[in-house]
Amino acid sequence: MTDMIAALDPADPAPVPVAEPPLAPRVQEPDHSHARTTRLWHWVNLVALITLFMSGLMIFNAHPRLYWGEYGNRDEPAWLVIGQQGPRGFLEIAGSRIDTTGVLGRYEDGEGQMRSRAFPGWATIPTDYNLADARHWHFFFAWIFAFGLLFFMVFSLFNGHIRTMIAMRRAEWHPRALWRTIVDHARFDFHTAPGEAYNPLQKLSYIAVIFVMLPLMIVTGLAMSPGTDAALHFPSMMFGGRQTARSLHFIIAFSLVGFLILHVALVIVHKPLTLLRGMTIGHRR
Amino acid sequence: MSDTKSPIILTRRALVGSLAVASGGLLSGCDALNSNRGWRDTLLLAEKGNMALQRTIQGSRRRAREYSERDIGRSVPANGTRAPTDADYLKQAATGFSDWTLTIDGLVETPTRFALGQIRSMPKQTQITRHDCVEGWSAIGKWTGVNLAHLLDKVQVKDSARYLVFHCADTLRAGPYYESIDMEDARHPQTMMAWALNDELLPIGNGAPLRLRVERHLGYKHAKYVRRIEAVADYRLAYGGGGGYWEDAAGYEWYAGI
Repeated sequence: MTDMIAALDPADPAPVPVAEPPLAPRVQEPDHSHARTTRLWHWVNLVALITLFMSGLMIFNAHPRLYWGEYGNRDEPAWLVIGQQGPRGFLEIAGSRIDTTGVLGRYEDGEGQMRSRAFPGWATIPTDYNLADARHWHFFFAWIFAFGLLFFMVFSLFNGHIRTMIAMRRAEWHPRALWRTIVDHARFDFHTAPGEAYNPLQKLSYIAVIFVMLPLMIVTGLAMSPGTDAALHFPSMMFGGRQTARSLHFIIAFSLVGFLILHVALVIVHKPLTLLRGMTIGHRR
Repeated sequence: MSDTKSPIILTRRALVGSLAVASGGLLSGCDALNSNRGWRDTLLLAEKGNMALQRTIQGSRRRAREYSERDIGRSVPANGTRAPTDADYLKQAATGFSDWTLTIDGLVETPTRFALGQIRSMPKQTQITRHDCVEGWSAIGKWTGVNLAHLLDKVQVKDSARYLVFHCADTLRAGPYYESIDMEDARHPQTMMAWALNDELLPIGNGAPLRLRVERHLGYKHAKYVRRIEAVADYRLAYGGGGGYWEDAAGYEWYAGI
């Protein structure tokens, strides 16, 4: 739609009324710009996710132990513990302990005071221990996150975002094609096929994030709620219990942070300004 | 590998430090917002949304999940008050709570004082349910007691009563413990005044001799050491106005379904 000018061939001496659009696929720079709904959702979602993550870390601080199954408490074995022993902080996963003094378990606050806390104040909302306030932040932004995701999904279905940009073509599922794109990525070659917005690896990671991980954050979150659990039963049962849901909530949250870091890193090494522009003000004119 | 040779390499300390500074700027903004009245009121809209949504999908009769005997864990940890030190309570505990009474009054036709023995001889109900603490942990236990609706019918709660306030025998740092629930939760089939846990009389840590079980809510709603249930038109007129000890003392949500 933006390429009316490109459709006119400057080499043609006698321009006739545009009757036949070019049939052959044109090799051109992908536009990199996104629909208005996508751009809006992207930034709203970023703010929501960061707030959810940081208030979530504070909520975790209230009981920095994770379990599998339906229940778990201080009298039951935990698969992950962040704690302190004397002046040292530690992280323990499946029985193996590493010293994390300064970051996890024990940290120095802004006033130079050593504090015993699973996640340090600089990573949590609010900074100081306050379970009630962290929950207020968490639930408020959970609504923004959940309904934002819902609207984005609905819009993306109708405006063709999923079909034209994210859906995997049949050929892209071929193992050789997948291997090819992995090798390309390892070489910092992020090219996309002609006419495609993303390469298969990008598509797969967006599918995983938008359609698997983000919805799972909502479902595992709701699975922890006694009220939702009484109403629906299935969210916690499908994960094998409330504490498993809580563990998954934690694991997926950190996976999303991993995605965020990778996503930003790839934008920076690829075409930071073009991509940032495409996700903010949109189309080039 | 050494820092002197390659100054560009970020050391872990520098990375953590710069992250701390960056998030420090963000955080001080959040902390300022956190103490802003208008912002707090905005955040609390979520509580209303949570309650409206959950009540819609629950209806009034959807039950919390119940488990089998083999799902019962090692313990139901005591939290909050683990052993009340109030003189009156200690005196009662010393005699095995033989003189303990539960008063139900307020907006009821016949205010009544029930003896503990009387309550224990009423039709009992048993349920194996999961106790979910606001902190994040859970425990499965077998609770036995009397259905709360059964007690409410005995005293004939007036139509003007919209909430029940539970007055407790334990005093914490900020004052006496209390909680409140609305009539929908009060008349839920699983809501009961429990006097036994895992086939034994309630231990002191779990609220001996009488505690509320209001499944579908987080642990802090389940008032322990209950001495009096008052039917009221508005819980906001009781104590600090938040509807519960932790609601007043720490700002927890009154609706604790999530």
